[in-house]
Amino acid sequence: MLAALFAPFAPVPGHRGWPRVAADADCWRGIGAALREGKLDLLALWGDERCVHCALYEPATRRPHSASLEVHDGRVPSLAQFHAPALRLERACADLYGIEAVGLPDARPWLDHGRWPRRHPLAAAPQPPVPPARYEFLPAEGPSLHQIAVGPVHAGIIEPGHFRFNASGETVVRLEERLGYTHKGIEGLLRGRSPEEGARLAGRVSGDSTVAYSFAFARAVEAALGVAPPPRALWLRAVMAELERIANHLGDIGAVCNDAAFAMMHAECAILRERVLRAAALAFGHRLMMDCVVPGGVAADLAPGGLEALRGCLGGLKREFPELIELYENTASLQDRTVGAGVVSAALAAEFAAPGFVGRASGRAFDARSCLPYPPYDSAPVPIALREEGDVDARVWVRILEVGNSLTWLQAVLGSLPGGPVRVPCVAAPGVEGVALVEGFRGDILAYVRIGPERTLERCHLRDPSWLQWPLLEAAIEGNIVADFPLCNKSFNCSYSGHDL
Amino acid sequence: MRRRLFKNLVTAPCTEPVPAGGAALESAGAALAGAVARRLGRSLAIRELDAGSCNGCELEIHALGNAFYDIERFGVRFVASPRHADLLLVTGPVTLNMREALERTYAAMPAPKWVVAAGDCAAGCGVFAGSYACAGSVAAVVPVDLAIPGCPPTPVQLLHGLLRLLARDQARDTAQPR
Ligand code: SF4
Repeated sequence: MLAALFAPFAPVPGHRGWPRVAADADCWRGIGAALREGKLDLLALWGDERCVHCALYEPATRRPHSASLEVHDGRVPSLAQFHAPALRLERACADLYGIEAVGLPDARPWLDHGRWPRRHPLAAAPQPPVPPARYEFLPAEGPSLHQIAVGPVHAGIIEPGHFRFNASGETVVRLEERLGYTHKGIEGLLRGRSPEEGARLAGRVSGDSTVAYSFAFARAVEAALGVAPPPRALWLRAVMAELERIANHLGDIGAVCNDAAFAMMHAECAILRERVLRAAALAFGHRLMMDCVVPGGVAADLAPGGLEALRGCLGGLKREFPELIELYENTASLQDRTVGAGVVSAALAAEFAAPGFVGRASGRAFDARSCLPYPPYDSAPVPIALREEGDVDARVWVRILEVGNSLTWLQAVLGSLPGGPVRVPCVAAPGVEGVALVEGFRGDILAYVRIGPERTLERCHLRDPSWLQWPLLEAAIEGNIVADFPLCNKSFNCSYSGHDL
Repeated sequence: MRRRLFKNLVTAPCTEPVPAGGAALESAGAALAGAVARRLGRSLAIRELDAGSCNGCELEIHALGNAFYDIERFGVRFVASPRHADLLLVTGPVTLNMREALERTYAAMPAPKWVVAAGDCAAGCGVFAGSYACAGSVAAVVPVDLAIPGCPPTPVQLLHGLLRLLARDQARDTAQPR
């Protein structure tokens, strides 16, 4: 499919990581048709001052590809008219760059709440602001329906976003999300920065995935510049990425159980999570390992005693975690809440190319570490954890399995880390582009960078996996009771900040 | 489950009298509890508000509740409604899209009330300074009593920060809370 679609176009020189073509409008519609037929997955869609870009993946051949289409008179044909997952991405392009997607089924603003000092803030010519308009939620009609409005400020220690429920009694008829509250204008801030400065911003797109973001950004920059980090750095990055995965999975497994009123599991998992963070702090100097992965390698080598701290922590986890799995499995009251709740169908997961454990719990066998392997996973593969049921329980199970896989992987790798330097200089060259996909704990993160004539970032796009997971939460909660929403929501644990950017 | 409960009964608690990384926690916590008691009677109720953070700060605020730090033993607890809160703990650069929510949450709190800006973003807009989408630090929107630096501040730093606020307030009783 990819080959046939893009055969007439020569790959753009200077774009590395995987090929990109400058497509025409017919080809763009052809992409839409292929997406609709399920032959391609949409990984990302983003705009800039002149073009829209999309990143695609062909499951049959395991090949990624990017395509761009020049904007004419501020317009491009919409992909969302063919393929629903493109909808919010195109709404965001319209908000930030003023690119009108012709045929877009839903043209309401998405990230722009009418509060910024200018409209289309990243376009070549930003527009004066218009006063905030009332946001019309989609209607739900029928006898005895009522609305419940939640957020942006929620009851717990969580990020802000708005949920509008239409319920019939206790049953959710429709949930509609409204996001964008944490939009910080990161892509605007990235413009004109050096790759080093950019790395600090990239590591703060979604704090829980700071390693994965830094990793993806570094790989995109390195691809663009043709830099190969030293072997030790490649392994240390992956060690950090797996620690981050384990820590987040542990925290969330506990939190899901907590939302099912099983606080003991929450307390136990929080202890294990804290131990991982402490070991990370000893080994890498920061509990969340922020700013530790940098373009060209890693910021610093393992601290003295770090290896022992990590080994000790992992050994403890290997002993204690199975007991907690047993606890999860054998507590009927817990299973009663998680089994069968918040189901995402395999068809929807496939359509949305659902990243991470959300997709893998609904039978989508995609993990960037295996499907588009990058160093060091190309020489030390991690198995894909897969379930079919698509419910809260399946998402918990995928994460349980992934903790186990990462533990085994880390224990093997820590024994055979190569020596040598951990960083090479990354000298920016003008006129190059790079793209990379890295598997974070939540799912695959896409990073795209283009380095301009000033040797600074001319355009950098970072696509959080949540973009393709949030819409599925709306589907998963349908027909469930309102009181199960926190449980379902936690089982997704989408990032607000990563999505809002 | 019974086995696990029994095991927990016979093993020592994780809660640290003296945590790794700073011998100050227990003394800090004790003084905090004292200060809270003097000012508020029994407890300090905190409403946490993410005004646009990257969620890193939230992770560490969450950690305050784990068995190692166990902030509740000092009479400090997180509440769901600003109407129940004495203290607003704000994270993140304040995004323009969250500005009104922050103002309204602050307005919903009964007096006396304090505001703590947690993390470099809340304290000074952090790496997001200069963005078209940010209002700036928390102090640009609501009055801040204390800023706790760090990106993100560690749980121990957060606890120390809360203590500083209450101790200062107690020393200068003229500094009336709003
Ligand atoms: S201070 Fe750091 S961790 Fe906290 S919100 Fe800002 S960038 Fe994230």
